[in-house]
Amino acid sequence: MTANHTPQVREPLVHLSRRTEFSPLRAWGVRLAALVLGLIVCGLAAFLLIEKLQQNPGRIGDFYYAFIKGSFGTSRKLWKMLKNLSILLCIALALTPAFRMRFWNTGAEGQTLMGVLGAIAVDFYFGGKWPEALLIPVMLLAAIIFGGVWGLIPALFKARFNTNETLFTLMMNYVATFVVSYFLVIWVPSGSSSLAKLKYGKLPSVVNDYFLIILIALLLTIGLYIYLNYSKHGYEISVVGESVRTAQYVGISVPKVILRTMLLSGMLCGLTGFLIGSGLDQTITTESVGGQGFTAIMVAWMGNFNPLMMILTSGLIQILNQGAAQISQDFNVSGALPDVIVGIMLFFVIGCEFFINYQLHFRRAQSKEAVR
Amino acid sequence: MKKIAAALLALVLCLGCLTSLAAEPVAKENIKLGVILLHDEFSTYDLNFINGVNEAKEALGLSDEQVVIIRNIPESNECYETALDLVDEGCNIIFADSFGHESFLLQAAKEHPEVEFAHATGTTAHTENLPNFHNAFASIYEGRYLAGVAAGMKLNEIKEAGKLKGETPLMGYVGAFTYAEVMSGYTSFYLGAKSVCPDVQMKVQFTGSWYDEKEEKAAAEALIALGCDLISQHADSMGAPTACENAGIPNVSYNGSTLESCPNTFIVSSRINWAPYFEYMINQKMAGEAIDIDWTGTIATGSVVLTDVNEQAAAAGTAEAIEAVKAEFAAGTRHVFDTAAENFITVGGAPLTSYMADVDTDAAFTPDTEAVADGYFHESEYRSAPYFDVRIDGIELLNQMF
Repeated sequence: MTANHTPQVREPLVHLSRRTEFSPLRAWGVRLAALVLGLIVCGLAAFLLIEKLQQNPGRIGDFYYAFIKGSFGTSRKLWKMLKNLSILLCIALALTPAFRMRFWNTGAEGQTLMGVLGAIAVDFYFGGKWPEALLIPVMLLAAIIFGGVWGLIPALFKARFNTNETLFTLMMNYVATFVVSYFLVIWVPSGSSSLAKLKYGKLPSVVNDYFLIILIALLLTIGLYIYLNYSKHGYEISVVGESVRTAQYVGISVPKVILRTMLLSGMLCGLTGFLIGSGLDQTITTESVGGQGFTAIMVAWMGNFNPLMMILTSGLIQILNQGAAQISQDFNVSGALPDVIVGIMLFFVIGCEFFINYQLHFRRAQSKEAVR
Repeated sequence: MKKIAAALLALVLCLGCLTSLAAEPVAKENIKLGVILLHDEFSTYDLNFINGVNEAKEALGLSDEQVVIIRNIPESNECYETALDLVDEGCNIIFADSFGHESFLLQAAKEHPEVEFAHATGTTAHTENLPNFHNAFASIYEGRYLAGVAAGMKLNEIKEAGKLKGETPLMGYVGAFTYAEVMSGYTSFYLGAKSVCPDVQMKVQFTGSWYDEKEEKAAAEALIALGCDLISQHADSMGAPTACENAGIPNVSYNGSTLESCPNTFIVSSRINWAPYFEYMINQKMAGEAIDIDWTGTIATGSVVLTDVNEQAAAAGTAEAIEAVKAEFAAGTRHVFDTAAENFITVGGAPLTSYMADVDTDAAFTPDTEAVADGYFHESEYRSAPYFDVRIDGIELLNQMF
């Protein structure tokens, strides 16, 4: 980027510079504007794609109302949104220590799925034989171990052989899927590979089925915030993330920090797997995590790896998801439409961060500056 | 005071139970049907349900607001949540279309005895025995058999023209999983063909997925390369039909006509029409009658249907032959899994005289019901979902996928 600004060189139409001063208030203004702009574009897309809307443009109000209705229409929907937010948040939280270390863990999907498998395996073999007070803690333990091991394997290779962690963790997702398929064949000899809901091992209902999950997510958020910002471990993670050489210079054992942090990351994914397996499904399919391990990467990035911010980003994604599903229901349109809507919204929300971080300089403005 | 309150509460609860048990007729304008789908219209399986719902809606004159369709619901707790959302919306019949939805729908059914819950392809309603939880399927094996007759006649035509690839006619079949529903399907298809072409053999290749266009196409191509003269399939994409059209190999399709994309090779297709079941449930509800706990649609109810025969690809007289066999089914003079006929169904060279099928689902999947009696295997009689999973002679499984 050390472009030569002599008049002989033809300048690009646009060039970028990193913003140095941008008040947080203005930044939030830009984010809000992006959200509104996104909603307007969604409305336009909806006109193009939904026949019912073309026939009766007055229903555009229903279209926007669906975003609210999807998550706040009934108390059940509200609880469901909070629960979904919590599960997604837990996975994003699990990723955060690794991400802060610049260890690009793309394997949360598999680590969480292995957590579900650990919990359900214990449930399958010991459900009904052990009292629930023993069964459920063992399910939790198994989930954390399974998730932890799945996170530790790529970290071992990274620390020992400096393998590429992004590809390695990504590959481990597929391996996890096949491990689950393998157990389903053993557990369901009829060949349907569909394990019916197990009768035991359900996380107790406190207030309702979701409250405990939400509470755990909240405690985890606070705990991780403190761990990352106020503990020695958290500091070491930041140093390794900033510069491996600095870390080595000040005497931090980099392999140790990588292993410890990925173990933690995997264990927290495993914990989330337990929440899915014991708290919700009491069964497992290869789709039990349903891509949330990947969505969580976005949640963590959008939340700037700040656990408190991630509550907001996770909530935003869930509200969009449930709103978009509500639109598909209310207008009876194809299941692809929600993806289009969520995609457009995220395009604007993520895109606006670019304009917050960088400033555009157009050619004319630039030449004026040059004259000055 | 507390005691009185408790007694009152108990009384109210009892009354609530009583009124829900005594089925009252529901006026047509108060009917509301909720449908939970695993995927959306891009899967031929789910599309078939959407078409069925729309056909029933039109036939009964229901309004748009009376049918709620929810797409892309996985086989997890989300199915239960969605069912409860539909209860909140005021649905009085809630239907789910995928096998794995069953235990989650059952959970909702136990909590809401005032709402009817129905489930396609499921296996546990007849043992759970809840008045508001229902399974449904169709005797699609009869449709497969009829399609098999068309296949057998085509093979005879190829044989007479001296254009067989091998010495004896060979069919290929692309299946999803090594599971009773698929096994019942390909065996009845094979038997239909064998009924007109006695020396036919079949090879089956499984893909391990209900919808994987690439895999299904590759499986069909592999079967063609192995010398198959005709291909059929039980999987939900256009993979196998496309491979057949490209190679000029006749194809007997499933889930609906593929004539448009495969004009030269499409012979006929069988499918389940779900409209009669939706109409049946709604009519029972309007009449205040109970819905069957386990319902099997048949050719007679209009649930098992065949598309028109493509005269361009099929052997001459196929449509007439199919009609004749259909009449024999109706009269009860012909059975698909006929164990009495000589050299028809054999296992290891010996005739099939007894088979314990796994009809009542339990954790260990133990066989529990004798299915062979009166000279035939009684498929879909003890429960609607297929349970024929015998491996008979003449059919070679190239792989297994669970």
